[in-house]
Amino acid sequence: MSRASNSEIKRESMWAVEAESLVKSFGTHRAVDGIHMQVRTGTIYGVLGPNGAGKTTTIRMLATLLKPDAGTARIFGHDVVREPYRVRQLIGVTGQYASVDETLSATENLVIFSRLLGLSRSDAKRKAAELLEEFDLVEAAKRPLKKFSGGMRRRLDLAASLIAQPPLIFLDEPTTGLDPRTRSQMWDTIRRLVKTGSTVLLTTQYLDEADQLADRIAVIDHGRVVAEGTVDELKMSVGTSSLQLQLKNAAEIQSACRMIEKVLGVKAIVSSEAGGITAPMADADRVTDLLLYFRESGIGLAEMSVQKPTLDEVFLTITGHDTGQNLGKTPEGAASEEEFLS
Amino acid sequence: MSSQQAILPEVEPLLKNRVSLGQSVQNSLTMAYRGLLKLRRTPEQLIDVTLQPLIFTLMFTYIFGGAISGNVHSYLPVIIPGILVQTVITTSVVTGVQLREDMDKGVFDRFKSLPIARIAPLAGALLADTIRYAIATTLTFTMGYILGYRPSGGLGHVAVAAVLVIVCAWAMSWIFAFFGVIARTASSVQGISLLILFPLTFLSNAFVPVKTMPHWLQWFVHINPLSHLVSAVRELADSGTIGSNLGISLIGAAVVVLIFAPLTVRNYMRRA
Repeated sequence: MSRASNSEIKRESMWAVEAESLVKSFGTHRAVDGIHMQVRTGTIYGVLGPNGAGKTTTIRMLATLLKPDAGTARIFGHDVVREPYRVRQLIGVTGQYASVDETLSATENLVIFSRLLGLSRSDAKRKAAELLEEFDLVEAAKRPLKKFSGGMRRRLDLAASLIAQPPLIFLDEPTTGLDPRTRSQMWDTIRRLVKTGSTVLLTTQYLDEADQLADRIAVIDHGRVVAEGTVDELKMSVGTSSLQLQLKNAAEIQSACRMIEKVLGVKAIVSSEAGGITAPMADADRVTDLLLYFRESGIGLAEMSVQKPTLDEVFLTITGHDTGQNLGKTPEGAASEEEFLS
Repeated sequence: MSSQQAILPEVEPLLKNRVSLGQSVQNSLTMAYRGLLKLRRTPEQLIDVTLQPLIFTLMFTYIFGGAISGNVHSYLPVIIPGILVQTVITTSVVTGVQLREDMDKGVFDRFKSLPIARIAPLAGALLADTIRYAIATTLTFTMGYILGYRPSGGLGHVAVAAVLVIVCAWAMSWIFAFFGVIARTASSVQGISLLILFPLTFLSNAFVPVKTMPHWLQWFVHINPLSHLVSAVRELADSGTIGSNLGISLIGAAVVVLIFAPLTVRNYMRRA
């Protein structure tokens, strides 16, 4: 048996992350409620969900920072509970809150982390300089981090996760709170990472971020994966854009919904404000027919707009409730999840 | 994003699932180095170990000197060892407070996610703090010298006394590290620690002759290990005597470490 073919087989079958029925409760609150997840080696995997959906808790369990109450998780085949030390040699973690030392300078931070990872003093210095160069932090290298901007801190944080060139990198909301320019810089950095061969698991609240970066996405809500698939699959389930209608007369809402289903062939969703309807818009051309139909039937529109898919839309479609109001799981939610997965 | 370029983990036997002793020591030294860097970056952390010896020594010497020993000069051999022990032991409270603060910070998450010895951040903190005890010790003896304290035991024995105090403070810092690990907030660590510390330092022979106290109190003062530490320092500094008090102090320190080190480490590992 040749060595090359052996590793080839392994490479094909190797999952960077395999999580099965992960559960974590804090008191009576089930933060993570049976999460399943499989991340293929060499890809960017996005975990999408609103605040409090259980994203950070999931990452913390996968990164050995938190013990799961139930379920198992393996990183490159190594169990996170039984082989934590082995797992830690394979991962880099960048937390939601800067996991660097505020009182020290950027160089000192990187040197200490490098030394902890077993680099010699001179290697640690060289590695720190190299990373500061790569992340455009050379000028600020000597300043204490207190004087760093949010973007600089995140970059340093990411740099610190890359010292050992780990095969798997966890990024917990890497761009939350960053301005648009810094955000796209961060995206470039993450893309570069994957080009060098790392697997990335990132969490985000923004669909466009997952869209830009991720090969596959898991949408999570209330600690469960409610949808999983490629970006295209996910988008298709929402419609590329959505049509938002506001009726003059809220009483006509039922008949309007029926017309939408008939003409556009999609299920319309009644939104929280009176007389509001949202419908996925796969084919813009057909909207003309719909509007004509409305006029013929005498249904008056107060307002009409088209919105590109947002996280809210994804949620509305997949779970049947929006991110702001927690109406709980509805049967439609479960149904559309199946639809999406099929 | 082809999987062919992917970085794959090393061949499995190369990944160990436990940390070697050598690596634990190495990691702890790095964490101690971090503690020293932090001290250099935030020198205000040294205010307690610099100002306390200066102010307390001056204050206590001139307030109590006349009343207790007749004059300031003859009070110095009593008060300098007393104030030394009080100051350095008080300094060890900071270990627990800072440990708590550190554990609440984001950087601690990174330490936990690195393949390093779990004990390293704790060991490093305890190790780095000995520098604080050394500063406090040196300053107290210097202040005493300026006021006219001339220990007749000689410099060598004073140095032994200094090392003894630093060792005992290190042992005591395990108690406060324990509170640091189990407490919810840094301020509660400070609160609990001072509550223990005040009776221990004041109900001792550090500042006044024991025979002036009521009998029931003398009983406590005699079993208080800090009294023995103060006496050991006095004997070393005054006459170079290495006696039973030194032995009792070291045994006391060892007992504290034997009880609190496992307690602290166990709770720390559970939380870290």
